[in-house]
Amino acid sequence: MEDALIIRGIGFRSRLWIGTGKYKDFEETVKVVEASGADVVTVAVRRVNITDRKSENLLDFIDPGKYKILPNTAGCYTVEDALRYSRLAREAGVSDMVKLEVIGDEKTLFPDTIGLLTATEILAKEGFIVFPYTNDDPIMAKRLEDAGAAAVMPLGAPIGSGLGIRNPYNIRIILEGAKVPVIVDAGVGTASDAAIAMELGCDAVLINTAIAGAKDPVAMAAAMKHAVIAGRLAYKAGRIPRKLYASASSPIEGML
Amino acid sequence: MRLEVNGKEYSTERDTVMQLLKELDIAPERVAIEVNLKIIRRSDFENYLLKDGDSVEIVNFVGGGQFSVSGSE
Repeated sequence: MEDALIIRGIGFRSRLWIGTGKYKDFEETVKVVEASGADVVTVAVRRVNITDRKSENLLDFIDPGKYKILPNTAGCYTVEDALRYSRLAREAGVSDMVKLEVIGDEKTLFPDTIGLLTATEILAKEGFIVFPYTNDDPIMAKRLEDAGAAAVMPLGAPIGSGLGIRNPYNIRIILEGAKVPVIVDAGVGTASDAAIAMELGCDAVLINTAIAGAKDPVAMAAAMKHAVIAGRLAYKAGRIPRKLYASASSPIEGML
Repeated sequence: MRLEVNGKEYSTERDTVMQLLKELDIAPERVAIEVNLKIIRRSDFENYLLKDGDSVEIVNFVGGGQFSVSGSE
């Protein structure tokens, strides 16, 4: 496969990764996943409802044989909780991958990067393939890489904010320094935001709210798919430099 | 015996993790189990003996993206 994304020997079909939260039911989730062309879907670890056992399992709808299931530690505010959820997720038996979140603050949902670094180091030593959700901080990205992260996942903007890539310059600096893939996680609001992330040279984008919260989530999933492909192609093609003044694209010679 | 299962009081006569799952009608393949904060490997479900007062957590995967965006339960 040309221009494939490979992380720790795992080949990824798509550079669009999607979250499965906030959908009205599993049927809608499946339609969105299919329309997006994503092969990575993130999931959360939660208690089984023991009083209402007719509630269905997400994995009955999203086949782990067909998709790469990426469990997250969403909602964890401490290193201990993040480790506990990661270990439970691995035990549930779909993969060694974990999207590691250690949240620092309820209002911003910004990561607690000190806790994140500690947890990354511990989990990497335990053989996890760790994808830490971090700030758009180039120094922290390096530290996470050194701690054994398989990729770094800087935010474009706060989770669910839809503000887009607020600091493209920091993302560029992260990209320059990183030896591991860089995946923008959080902040994408619409297709152009995803394209911008890819045009900067990011290896993939993870999107949940921008699709789930759209008026037509299935159509937005398709839009994101095309945006990620377009952004990647544009990055590979190499954009022209920005210039203040015009430069004619038709020849002057031969004019009457 | 009395257990705490997923934060709720639960009375049962079943004495292994596997039997408890059967009683609750939960397929063992897609869950992870903790007893008193210790993970029980799936291969031990059959043999792990529960004791009165044990705290059991049974978790699985639900929809989620970033943070606690889990609306599909």
